[in-house]
Formats: sequence, C-alpha cells, structure tokens
Amino acid sequence: MRAVFKREFRAYFQSPLGYVFIAVLYFFTAYYFFTYNLYSNTTDMSNLFRQLFSVVLFLVPILTMRLMSEDKRSKTDQLLLTAPVPRIGIVLGKYLSALCVYLIAISGALLMALVLSAYAAPDWPVVIGNLLGLALLGTCLIAICMFLSSLTESQVISAVCGFAVSLFLILVDALVYVVSTPAFQTFFSYLSFNDHYNGFTYGIIDFSNVLFFVSIAVMFLLFTTAVLEKRRWS
Amino acid sequence: MVEVKHLVKHYGAKVALADVSFSIRAGEVVGLLGLNGAGKSTTMNILTGYLSATAGTVRIDGHDILSDAKAAKRCIGYLPEAFAFYPEMRVNEFLSFCCDLKGVTSRRAEREAHISAICERVGLTQVRTRMIRNLSKGYKQRVGFAQALVGSPKVLILDEPTVGLDPSQIIEIRELIRQSGQSSTVIVSSHILSEIQAICDRIIVIHGGRVIADDTPERLSRKMLATHRAIVRVAGAPEAVIAALGAVPGVQAVRALAEKEPGAWDYSIDGQPDTDIRADVFRALAAADLPLLGTYHNEFSLEEIFLNLVGEQQVEQEEGAQP
Repeated sequence: MRAVFKREFRAYFQSPLGYVFIAVLYFFTAYYFFTYNLYSNTTDMSNLFRQLFSVVLFLVPILTMRLMSEDKRSKTDQLLLTAPVPRIGIVLGKYLSALCVYLIAISGALLMALVLSAYAAPDWPVVIGNLLGLALLGTCLIAICMFLSSLTESQVISAVCGFAVSLFLILVDALVYVVSTPAFQTFFSYLSFNDHYNGFTYGIIDFSNVLFFVSIAVMFLLFTTAVLEKRRWS
Repeated sequence: MVEVKHLVKHYGAKVALADVSFSIRAGEVVGLLGLNGAGKSTTMNILTGYLSATAGTVRIDGHDILSDAKAAKRCIGYLPEAFAFYPEMRVNEFLSFCCDLKGVTSRRAEREAHISAICERVGLTQVRTRMIRNLSKGYKQRVGFAQALVGSPKVLILDEPTVGLDPSQIIEIRELIRQSGQSSTVIVSSHILSEIQAICDRIIVIHGGRVIADDTPERLSRKMLATHRAIVRVAGAPEAVIAALGAVPGVQAVRALAEKEPGAWDYSIDGQPDTDIRADVFRALAAADLPLLGTYHNEFSLEEIFLNLVGEQQVEQEEGAQP
C-alpha cells in the first residue's frame, strides 16, 4: 500500500494536475475570503466554507478521474495486480494519495484563518469544525469518484460521471420538496450532503454526520476493490 | 516449482483455455509455444494472478495463487506481453517503486546494491537517470526485464519478451533469459519456434486452449524424424542416379532437387514408412559407381513439427465432430 501511495502522490506532482488542483482551490478560498471576510470586515468564516462545498464538489472529480482509469487503459494495472500487494492495498494507496493532495488544497482555508487571527481572534472551534467538515466531505467524495474512475478506461467519462454525481448531490436537496411520498422525503433528506455538511459550518461536530461521510467512503472503497476483483474473473 | 492443473478459462462464451495442465521443476527453462490466440498469454496471466481461471488450480512453489496469493506472487517476476510503464518515471525511480511493491528491503544501501546489480545485468547502467518514455524500445524492454528480476524471484514468467525488437536486441534478450535460467525457473512464451528452440530445455505446445505436446526440443523433433525419407547428394548424371535409386527395394519415389555442386545433384528419396533405406541407397549407388557425396537426415525443423502437431489436432477435432 505504501508503495502505491508514494507513487501516486508523486505522480500528482509530476504532472500539472496536483498543482492545478491546489492552485484552483486556493484561488477560490482566497476569493471567498476576500469577499466574505476582508471586504465585509468579519471573522466569521462559515460563509466561506459554505461556498467551498460546491467548489469541492466540482473539483474532486478532476482530482480522481485518472486514479483508476489510467492504469486500466495503459495496462499498468498488470504490474500492480501481479505484485504481492492485496487489491485493497492498491485501492487504499491510490485513495490516500488523492486525499493527501485534497488536504493540502483545503489547508488554504486554515491559512486564511491564520491571516485573520493577526487582526482579531477568529472563532477557532467553528474554523476547526468547518475544516473537519470539508475534510470529511472530501474523504467521501474522493471515494465515490474513485469508484466511478474504476468503472471506465476513459478519464473523461470518469470525470463526467463524477460531475453528474456532484450535481445530483446538489439537486437532492430540492428533491425533498418535489416528491410527495414521506418515505422518499426522509430518504432524500438523509442523503443530502449539504445538510450533513452544514452542521459543521456552524461549528457543531455531530458524530452522526461524521459517521455519514466516513461510512459512505468505506462503502465506496469496498466497491472499488470489488471492481478490481471482478475484473480478474471477467 | 510451478503446478498447473486442469486450467479452464472462458471469456463469456469464448473458451480461451479448454484444459491446460503441466508441471515445471525448479531450474527448468520452459517455452510455451503456440499460434497467436492459442492461450499462451491467458495461461501466463492466470499463472501470475492477473486473471482467475474459470476452473483449475495454479500452485507456485507450493502456494496457491488464489488462496495464498501474496506468498505465490512473491515468487514470481513477470514481464507481460505489452509491458506498460509509468512514462513520467525515471528508470531508477521505477525500479525503486518495484522494490517497494515487492517488499524488497527498504534499507537504502541494500536496495541500491540490488538495483545496481540488476541494471548491471541487463545493461541499463548508462540510462538509469533517464525518463522511461525517452528510452528506445530495446531499452524499454530491458527495463521490463529488470522489473521482473526485482526481488530475485524464483520463477520468471516472460510473455513474448522479444516481440518488436531488432535482431541484435533479440540476441541480447535471449542471452539474458539464458543467464536467468541458471538462477531461476523460467517460463517463456513465443510464437517464434527458433527462439524457443534456442533457449528452452523443454517445450509445451498450446493450441486451441489445450496442451498438444510437452517434450524437449530434441525429442519432439526425433518423434517426427522420418528415417524413410532422406536427402542425398550424388555426383553423376541425374538420369543414371534416378535409375539406380529407383531400383533400390523399398524406394517409392526419387526426385532431383537441384544441382548443388558442379556435376552433383541433391535428390530426395521416399521409402516405405518404417523402413530405413539409407544403407540400401548407399550400396546401390556404390554398385552403379555413382559417388555418394552426402546424406542428410531429413530432420523436421520445429516449424514443421509444430504445423504437424497443429494439423493432427485439427484432424482429430474434425473426426470427433463427425457423428
């Protein structure tokens, strides 16, 4: 697992992808920081984090699009799958490498908080809660998008499917008001990433929200492993 | 060292392997021979755990490739048919990554020594700091070979290792395979018979997903050796020679082939099956005062053996298909 992690992490920075991803996320963080905090003279960062939710939803598919599909297309998976590394180790190595790049990218928000603290003390529990929420959102989204990447050989298809999932996750909030069956309403409202995420933007670390993101991540990591496993039987 | 029992592999409705069994002892250099699409690569992919068989078992050094995958894979160095690299990696970096993957010691000095030894052996020392995508095809193939050698595996599995290389590179790779055969068990696949003949102690011929022959190259050709056919070179007028040879008991047909030396022709003689006509031919020619300059054993080349084997198999199948 360590070998795969090391290689994948390095690969992000041997191509422009890692730099571009981090730069774009930093850019949006800085932009919202300027408009919501500096311009309006407040230390309340929750608006910034609320905006980052949708930015992250659209950037993560880009981060993960090549993760599994590239190997399949270029046949480098032969090297990995015939090495004495279990399939779950390969999946975890790749997953953690993307997660690390993601964490570096969202650390921009922490920088902004430090900048704020030079002028006035920000509400640290809220900032930490927000950062944790953002990190968990990534944990979950990366697992989902990586699973999508494992289904196809094409990076483009994997990214497009990732966007579709992201859009759906935004739309799912509206679905609650559209459907009339109470069972579906409960289902969709529970599925809403935004609801689970918003708890963190108030600085509330609700264990059920943590569990929500982590369990979805675990589920999709297992799905990805299953896809790899299935490939050898097909 | 390698035990393969009743492998069956279906790709959907297509049967890639019908029933493949063989076992390979430690230290053997074995060639898997077959036409394209015969099932060589599928067999190798199953041996290395990349694919799983529909039925049958593979044991590498006593470890089952499915239930004890980690231990089994540790014994294997694999060079796939179209070996894919991470193009942005440097040779050094790539081999170090392979060391990580195969769990070779992480102590810097030992690892460096291991990689250096491999590079020395396959002739990569000059290009160790270059990016793999910038290397020539011959060097790329050597990187693939080096990667298979990482961790000093007990079994080397090489799928068509010389495809697409120029003749001098082919000779180099063959030499590498021969050297590797001294320290590991080697399985090489190829559809080029002369190559297999040059490097292997034993040949397994696969056709239509089945093993149709499994023997040493010499024994395979001896099996097909025809003592009732001979090529002779005789000095003298062709008419006289053909007349003399035609009178030999048991000779069914004589053909003049070509004038190979001034005044001397080569003739092909067909006798009755299961009789050795060579001695009688000698006596008849001596009696007619026609100097016999040479006899050539009509030994089949591997190509012919192979086509014969494949032909037999097809005839059997056709007969089997008839009610």
